[in-house]
Amino acid sequence: MVRPEMPGRLPGEPDPHLYLSGVTVSFDGFRALNSLSLIIEKGELRTIIGPNGAGKTTMMDVITGKTRPDQGEVFYDGDHDLSKLDEATIANLGIGRKFQRPTVFENLTVYENLELAVKADRSTFATLRGLVTGEMRDTIDRLFETIGLSDRRHELAGALSHGQKQWLEIGMLLGQDAQLLLLDEPVAGMTDHETAATAELILRLAQERTLVVVEHDMEFVRNLGAKVTVLHEGSVLAEGSIDQVQANQRVIEVYLGR
Amino acid sequence: MRERYPTYPLLSAVGWLGFAGVGVLLLLVPIANLFVPPGSALHMPDYLVPLIGKYCTYAMLALALDLIWGYAGILSLGHGAFFALGGYCMGMYLMRQIGARGVYGNAELPDFMVFLNWKELPWYWQGFDMFWFAAIMVVLVPGILAFVLGWLTFRSRVTGVYLSIITQAMTFALLLAFFRNDMGFGGNNGLTDFKEILGFNVQAPETRIGLYLASVIGLAATFLLCRWIVTSKLGRVCLAIRDAESRVRFLGYSATGAKLFVFTLSAVLAGIAGALYVPQVGIINPSEFSPANSIEVAIWVAVGGRGTLVGAVLGAFVVNWGKTWLTGAAPDAWLFVLGGLFVAVTLIFPKGIVGLAQQIRLRREAPRAVAKPAEGD
Ligand SMILES: Nc1ncnc2c1ncn2[C@@H]1O[C@H](COP(=O)(O)OP(=O)(O)O)[C@@H](O)[C@H]1O
Ligand SMILES: [Mg+2]
Repeated sequence: MVRPEMPGRLPGEPDPHLYLSGVTVSFDGFRALNSLSLIIEKGELRTIIGPNGAGKTTMMDVITGKTRPDQGEVFYDGDHDLSKLDEATIANLGIGRKFQRPTVFENLTVYENLELAVKADRSTFATLRGLVTGEMRDTIDRLFETIGLSDRRHELAGALSHGQKQWLEIGMLLGQDAQLLLLDEPVAGMTDHETAATAELILRLAQERTLVVVEHDMEFVRNLGAKVTVLHEGSVLAEGSIDQVQANQRVIEVYLGR
Repeated sequence: MRERYPTYPLLSAVGWLGFAGVGVLLLLVPIANLFVPPGSALHMPDYLVPLIGKYCTYAMLALALDLIWGYAGILSLGHGAFFALGGYCMGMYLMRQIGARGVYGNAELPDFMVFLNWKELPWYWQGFDMFWFAAIMVVLVPGILAFVLGWLTFRSRVTGVYLSIITQAMTFALLLAFFRNDMGFGGNNGLTDFKEILGFNVQAPETRIGLYLASVIGLAATFLLCRWIVTSKLGRVCLAIRDAESRVRFLGYSATGAKLFVFTLSAVLAGIAGALYVPQVGIINPSEFSPANSIEVAIWVAVGGRGTLVGAVLGAFVVNWGKTWLTGAAPDAWLFVLGGLFVAVTLIFPKGIVGLAQQIRLRREAPRAVAKPAEGD
């Protein structure tokens, strides 16, 4: 498969980290994504907003292999066409995803959740032998420093608060050493204090990785200070800084002015 | 200073003590049978040896189901089929050992084939006169069936109740097939009238004790093997699959691979259990494939405590002991009791006997209760 030409891209420019090209996904005739095209550069922090049902989660489903697009391609890091790969393969290419509803392994301890996430041979038989090396333990220690929760490491993850589960899930993505992080509504259900801490965490992570953050909370999006893409009815409505986007007449009509 | 990290021993010190204790108890059974004079209160009557041996094979079957249901969330309602297939493989060996001692005195053909006017042994009966061949088939037949079924279903993401229905359909289909005379497995009557195993008379007390010991060893080995798997990282991947399968995939694990592995292994263990069961009860027939049998296995596990290996073993012993006792005392009551157990386990004590015991202990220790996760068995 030859990658189609990317609009507005100069010859010799490095490949974007992620390139969605004309992606369409229909559910029983209803187009959740409608010829969506999107370019995310390496190391970029991108926020994506849009009203409920705009297709934000579906877009993440397509990138991570959960949903196959009816049309279009998704290129990762050059020429990997993600629309042909399964979830596990895509994850092992370095894409990590936080679900809209925090999803951790509730019947494992916080430590065990991270242990499963930390990069290691994922094959079934390697897992059966499943040695935890000192290096993996150091990684887990560092993860605890990043996400907090150190004092709760031997508690079941199911006992964590909603916000703490979100952090644990982000910690798991870091553990798998994802280079492209997709965070679906990472501050939903968080207190103001937790939201601020999460914004700080995201900004810290953005220094080393590519992040795509889907969020409703305008204040939070503003705090991140990154480029904003507005999705509407499955395609891009507007793109730019938060101020530009908020001043955009069409955006005001469909989203902000509701 | 570095904090201590959890390690996962096969069994805790208390666990090993319990393991050894149960082992000694089970080994006392043949001693009390052989060496204690019949008049004594401690004498174990002859019929109890194969009965407890049978319970041991049921407990192996329960462990096999608990491994996939309790830990990976795969509720197979067709595990009786794998047990029966292992049993039939052993039964075929035992039939071939009868030789010319059958009613028709045909050295080559089992009686039912002579009766059906068959002239020669079907190809799929070849080799079963050799124990080693039958032993390999005991592992391969259930293993391959489970692998193929698992591959087809797990790959297309069939889970939950749909998977349970498919496994029920599988055992029902096998039930109908094995009922047919032209299948060559003795039809309705199955395989029976066994004479010898490995050259020993199957009826002889010494042979019965040998088979009993094999079942106890089989149960112990199955328990330790399952324990090894559930304490491995794969065991935690299975628990993770049970809780949030898609999260496991998005972490880069092949959930299909892990499920396929435990499902196949579980079927093999069920097959071995069936192979140990048949020479002790002296018969294998199609009723072993009946869907109700497989559902009963799930009830054993649920009653004992799903997701704890000890619970599976306990459930198999307790429910079957109850069944044996009731079939003598009030034969018609059994189905009602089974139904009652099912309701009780779903509504009143969802974590089974083991869960109940943990609750009682927690309540007793309530004042100094700490939120500490259960450490399995
Ligand atoms: N599996 C599905 N089957 C049918 N419709 C779906 C499915 N997933 C999403 N949709 C529909 O697609 C649209 C986009 O959903 P989603 O991507 O979840 O939106 P967002 O995350 O932006 O709120 C919604 O109208 C939703 O109802
Ligand atoms: Mg969404």
